[in-house]
Amino acid sequence: MAETSPDVSRRTGLVRRLPGVISGLGVTFRTMLQGAVTVQYPHEREDPPTRARGVIALKEENCTVCMLCARSCPDWCIYIEGHKEQRPPRREGGRPRSVSVLDRFDIDYALCMYCGICVEVCPFDALFWSPEYEYSEFDIARLLHDKEQLGVWMATVPEPEPLEPGAQVKGGK
Amino acid sequence: MSLAVEVPWGVILAIKTLVVLAIIPLGALILGYVFLLKMMSHMQSRLGPMDPGGYHGWFQLIGDGIKFLQKEDVMPAEADRRVFALAPLVVVMSTFLVFAVVPAGPRLIVADLDVGVFYALAVSSLSVIGVLMAGWASANKFALLGALRAAGQLIAYELPLLLGVVGVVTQAGTLSLQGIVTAQRDGEIFGWGGIGNPFILTQFVGFALFLIAAQAELTQTPFDMPVAESELVSGYMVEYTGFRFLFFFVGEFGTAFAFAALAATLFLGGWALPGVEGTAADVLGPVVLLVKIMAVSFLIFWVRFTYPRLREDQLQAIAWKFLIPIALVNIIVTGVFKAVF
Repeated sequence: MAETSPDVSRRTGLVRRLPGVISGLGVTFRTMLQGAVTVQYPHEREDPPTRARGVIALKEENCTVCMLCARSCPDWCIYIEGHKEQRPPRREGGRPRSVSVLDRFDIDYALCMYCGICVEVCPFDALFWSPEYEYSEFDIARLLHDKEQLGVWMATVPEPEPLEPGAQVKGGK
Repeated sequence: MSLAVEVPWGVILAIKTLVVLAIIPLGALILGYVFLLKMMSHMQSRLGPMDPGGYHGWFQLIGDGIKFLQKEDVMPAEADRRVFALAPLVVVMSTFLVFAVVPAGPRLIVADLDVGVFYALAVSSLSVIGVLMAGWASANKFALLGALRAAGQLIAYELPLLLGVVGVVTQAGTLSLQGIVTAQRDGEIFGWGGIGNPFILTQFVGFALFLIAAQAELTQTPFDMPVAESELVSGYMVEYTGFRFLFFFVGEFGTAFAFAALAATLFLGGWALPGVEGTAADVLGPVVLLVKIMAVSFLIFWVRFTYPRLREDQLQAIAWKFLIPIALVNIIVTGVFKAVF
């Protein structure tokens, strides 16, 4: 094979490739007769997959203002403010409890890069991915969403998929 | 002859000119919409424009044209201004001149030249001058390279184009396009004259050669090195904007329409429909011709949307080493058959 001159191999190559060249026409023709795979977006929508990273939703009552999400955010797009409040003791004669109350939880979606580290790092399951994706704005400043809006998106978070049969159930306390 | 009103020749000439002038943008629109926007999209599993105009985006290209008219007319500072401005006109002009000899009915022809085929192929190759003018006058290295490639390619493929047609001319015994249509209509297949004798049956090799060469003449993929967008940006058109670019665009698809019309006339029987004679043929002729043009255009654009671009040396090798020898053999075989039968 190494002795074959490039000129000869090129000539045989052209004849050898001819069936492939012709079957290429068949491929485009068949594709033309099949339907389109695209979705005409504003008129029709497709359902994003359950685990789609559309927007981050906040379950406010789970948040303890621990700041882990804000600190782990690579581009510092989470703004958290909170204060401590005294609550009456749980039992008679006990100490008053000190509770962190969330005052502000903003995510700037103009900065967010959808890495999901905040969702991963949250120790109290206060942050969730939602497949909701239609929240574009005409003004970039309006992409800063507060905890009320993040709470609204909580309703769009799908139920977690059921575990596979035989999977170990976490906890048990 | 049967017209009751004597129409002065000047008025007839004006009408003919207007009709031919309207055919080029209209043909370009039809081909651009049906094939570029719709067929290509479906071959890529998508729908193409769906919104403009309400029904399947039919308004898209017209809207694009209006957009081009609004654009600023930019001319490079170093450009040869007059040549730069003239080049798109030359390209469109060559297409315009082809339609002068394409018959759409027994009497629907601008000028029934005795050397119709010769004339059509001669004026269709005028566009290479426009392309060279555009590339040279743009004062841009990409434009110049594209124009040189276009010149080399168009000259190389002019030969198989002409030689592919020689077989048809030999068989028909005339160079007049009207005569070729008549020869096909009155022809017989082994004594059966039901559908005449479209030359695609006997001159299939010529038809294939003509289409391949036309593909190269139109600088369409797989022969689109002159406008190769990934290496030459847009070749000779790179400095053109707005209205002048629109001219090139209309010229590209108008020329495709013209070549499809030529192929339909030379190989598919042109306007002729079996059993239709006289005035009815004049009325139905344009429709029949359009259907045949669309069929040929489908082949042209099908190939365009299927294959990747060839290399420059492959392009030249195909023309000189394969197409021209095949065309010469085809001429000899046709001549022998013509002499024997």
